Amino acid sequence: MNELVIVDSGSANLYSIFKACEMISLKPKISDHPGVIAGAKAVIFPGVGFFDHAAKGLQEKNLAAALLEVIADKKPVLGICLGMQLLFTESEESTDSKSATRGLNAIGGKVKRFPADLPVPHVGWNKVVPVTEHPLFNDICSKTYFYFTHSYYVEPDQDRFTMALTDYGFSFTSAAADGNLMGVQFHPEKSGPAGLRLLGNFGKIIAENY
Amino acid sequence: MLAKRIIPCLDVRDGRVVKGTRFVDIRDAGDPVERAAFYNHEGADEIVFLDITASVEGRRAIVDVVRKTAEVVFIPLTVGGGIDSTTFIQELLQSGADKVSLNTAALRNPALIREGADQFGSQCIVAAIDACRVVNAGQDAELKWEVYSHGGRKATGRDLIEWAEQVEEMGAGEILLTSMDADGTLDGYDNEMLAAVTGAVGIPVIASGGAGNLEHLYEALARGKAHAVLAASILHYGTYSIADIKSYLSSKGLPVRPVNI
Repeated sequence: MNELVIVDSGSANLYSIFKACEMISLKPKISDHPGVIAGAKAVIFPGVGFFDHAAKGLQEKNLAAALLEVIADKKPVLGICLGMQLLFTESEESTDSKSATRGLNAIGGKVKRFPADLPVPHVGWNKVVPVTEHPLFNDICSKTYFYFTHSYYVEPDQDRFTMALTDYGFSFTSAAADGNLMGVQFHPEKSGPAGLRLLGNFGKIIAENY
Repeated sequence: MLAKRIIPCLDVRDGRVVKGTRFVDIRDAGDPVERAAFYNHEGADEIVFLDITASVEGRRAIVDVVRKTAEVVFIPLTVGGGIDSTTFIQELLQSGADKVSLNTAALRNPALIREGADQFGSQCIVAAIDACRVVNAGQDAELKWEVYSHGGRKATGRDLIEWAEQVEEMGAGEILLTSMDADGTLDGYDNEMLAAVTGAVGIPVIASGGAGNLEHLYEALARGKAHAVLAASILHYGTYSIADIKSYLSSKGLPVRPVNI
């Protein structure tokens, strides 16, 4: 069984997240193979780009089923940016019609576009305020800055899924979790020392899980 | 609320940094990777590499620089200079760059911005604009600026505000705005130009050119409404550290990311 697998869904720059994991002594493997992902001890699921393209890609490459298997086994999973959004039920981001695009539905909720009166994309360093006790944010002060770059945000259908909030004209869910299933809207691999600490916490969650 | 970003810009030629005198404490002041790591450690919010290599072959070096930097620097990395195709954009992004800035190639072929944004997302595409004040526009006439290409050597006849609106419409995620009048003077940014652009577009604008002291940085952010400031000379010559800049801006009430976390 592989320790930690970074899912290569074809929609993300994996080099930085791979190097960031190495920096904190995690030894990840990058894979787009459903069997390798399903057999992983833990998974990092990054993503940038368009929700509907990515969601379609997951189905076509049989990665959706593999991810859902890992999630059902309650193995640690960390979705990053679009990877986090894809964990949710559906997204407003759709290129062909007004209909919503389906995600993995591992966490109930919607992915919505920022209101038109806000500068979009939301790019830059913003404060993250944890609202639940979760080991992913151990030793990270409330209101620590993390690096964001996105135009859509998640809205979980239950408050208990919201792990942290960020203010961008209004308060949105910048990190979500359901037990070992975690997602962050920001990029820990681009958030300096705080980001590396968060990835280190993910490493500890993996270690404690086995 | 978003923090105001402080962004050191490193000019790179044939894979080597070309400016700076304060780097006695690092092994090789010409090594862009070491310099980027230095600013990362100092608390920079982002790093910009501007490749000023003249030859096409020499440009290969920047890919290697990006890759090596991304191995040790975990903050956003922007690369500009001579980028003229989506193939090259993809190669830079895959090597660890987070954004590319497009300038002359976008003026020659504006569709490149749209193609880049469609393929990689708006967040990756920075439109770099160099502009100069149009003098003699008449005493009562409103201020105007003209866009230049080729590193400020060629006038394009394009109006700054029109071009800024066009790059936003085509999908650029940010504008890196350099005042050619102010650049290198250390007399301060062109805040009227900044305010004109930040008032015209909704995307973030990075101010560049002219910073000589801390007040200049504050003015660009507060009066010019820039989202970020690019700084070269005042950082490379050791006039101020990133910590000096951030503590000053913070004391004036602007949100900045603390340096030691």
